[in-house]
Amino acid sequence: MIHQISVFLENRSGQLAEITHLLAENGIDIRAISIAETSDYGLARMIVNDAPKASAVLLEAGVILSMTPVCAVEVPDAPGGLAAFLQLLAEAEVDVEYMYSLFTHRAGRAYMVVRVSDETALTAHDIKLVGMDELGLK
Amino acid sequence: MANYYQPEIETASYEQIRAWQNERLVKQVQHVWDNVPYYRQKMEEKGVTPADIQGVDDLHKLPFLCKDDLREAYPYGLMGKPLADCVRIQSTSGTTGRRVVAFYTQHDIDLWEDCCARAIVAAGGTKEDVVHVSYGYGLFTGGPGLNGGSHKVGCLTLPMSSGNTDRQLQFMTDLGSTILCCTPSYAAYLAETIHERGLKDQIKLKAGIFGAEAWSEDMRHDIEDSLGIKAYDIYGLTETSGPGVAFECEEQTGMHINEDHFIAEIIDPDTGEVLPEGSKGELVFTAITKEAFPLLRYRTRDICVLTRKKCSCGRTHIKMSKPMGRSDDMLIIRGVNVFPSQIETVLLQQGYTANYQIIVDRVNNSDTFEVMVEMNPDMFSDSLAKIADAEKELVGALKSMLGIAAKVKLVAPKSITRSEGKAVRVIDKRKI
Repeated sequence: MIHQISVFLENRSGQLAEITHLLAENGIDIRAISIAETSDYGLARMIVNDAPKASAVLLEAGVILSMTPVCAVEVPDAPGGLAAFLQLLAEAEVDVEYMYSLFTHRAGRAYMVVRVSDETALTAHDIKLVGMDELGLK
Repeated sequence: MANYYQPEIETASYEQIRAWQNERLVKQVQHVWDNVPYYRQKMEEKGVTPADIQGVDDLHKLPFLCKDDLREAYPYGLMGKPLADCVRIQSTSGTTGRRVVAFYTQHDIDLWEDCCARAIVAAGGTKEDVVHVSYGYGLFTGGPGLNGGSHKVGCLTLPMSSGNTDRQLQFMTDLGSTILCCTPSYAAYLAETIHERGLKDQIKLKAGIFGAEAWSEDMRHDIEDSLGIKAYDIYGLTETSGPGVAFECEEQTGMHINEDHFIAEIIDPDTGEVLPEGSKGELVFTAITKEAFPLLRYRTRDICVLTRKKCSCGRTHIKMSKPMGRSDDMLIIRGVNVFPSQIETVLLQQGYTANYQIIVDRVNNSDTFEVMVEMNPDMFSDSLAKIADAEKELVGALKSMLGIAAKVKLVAPKSITRSEGKAVRVIDKRKI
């Protein structure tokens, strides 16, 4: 499992710029980001290289956030890589709540951040979960 | 046009009105002194006895009653008659902690319905008319009041109550409603729907009696043009019986207060001092004929102006302007009384901070009501569905507290404007 930081975004231009600027100033590297929105507000989910530090910086600035453990999964960086993974989940009747991709520089391998309805089912189905250390995260 | 319901009363001389008021006030003060210990104590604290009140000129000596008194004395503390003599209650649209319950004897209901009948006749109502009452029926005074008044005039009365626009329009066209009674915003909505559905040629409306919320002259003209009717204002509050305390005549320049039943005063809301005729201030009513709920010097919190200028309709009773605002923080949204403190209570109950802002506007003659709420860490989640569920729960809790739906907008913490360190709770953009 890896740490994810979710941030509340008011529907106002410049909100996300302010947050990412704050992280940049503090030397935090964003490794993955995904935005979900409603007509009234949004939510940014992020994987950063130093979650405790990022969270401290954002809280200090009065940003509303939550830290959630999510799964990082390695899939082959080839056609059908993601499809095969999702097929396994479907067979195990595990639902995906949300998913987005994670940047690395490893040739041939892709990483997905995924929040599912039942995490234990992932390991039972021979899906390769990657940890914080492997991804160089704190 | 001699359209009076009780001509001898409605066109009585000033001296006659004054004589009625003097006599009835003296009697009413004695009635309250004898039967309402809560008010008697207030009088004693001020050192006033019934002997000090010889007529309207002495009215200023009496203590005020306000909404807090009603709450403190809830439910029976201000009754002037035993429960066995009462036949009805009505209650305000307000809710928990703010609810007002008013009691009526049969005599009280008769007089109230007379007041409403005067309003219907002033709007051109006769026994030939079909009166379409789309005010809510039930605890709200609007439906029962106009319904009773319509019976008195002998009109065919359609007790439609509010909502179900399809049914409203069906009855309106099939039964040929001629006088519509509802809130001005619902009238505007019905007018719009009638146009959308091309029903204009099938309606026979000639007049409307619209009250329970503030409306502008512009809105009046919109409704009049759109429906091809004359639109009359009506005023009242549950505490003093309901609609019909004051009503408009064809001159449409203010509402005649039924002075044979109510003595009106205008006071300075800060000092309580009585202001001369023509001054702008808070409207205070003394009910001089009510038996079961005889409120003396009740502060309405509505700001308006009184004038006794001669009216072309021939009525002699004093006129009040449309309310121009409030001397407390109550908002009237879609005809419903809303206190910001009620919203605060719900937010705290639901786990939000009490940092909020209410934005009220009027779009297409209908009130919009938005509550901006600052997101807080406890309510936040990485799942949009969970946030949306919490938001839905908040919307539901607000609706059950206030009786009307509010749109909730979640905003970032500390983003609600503060002026001089104090949050601005209400932004009312309505131009009324």
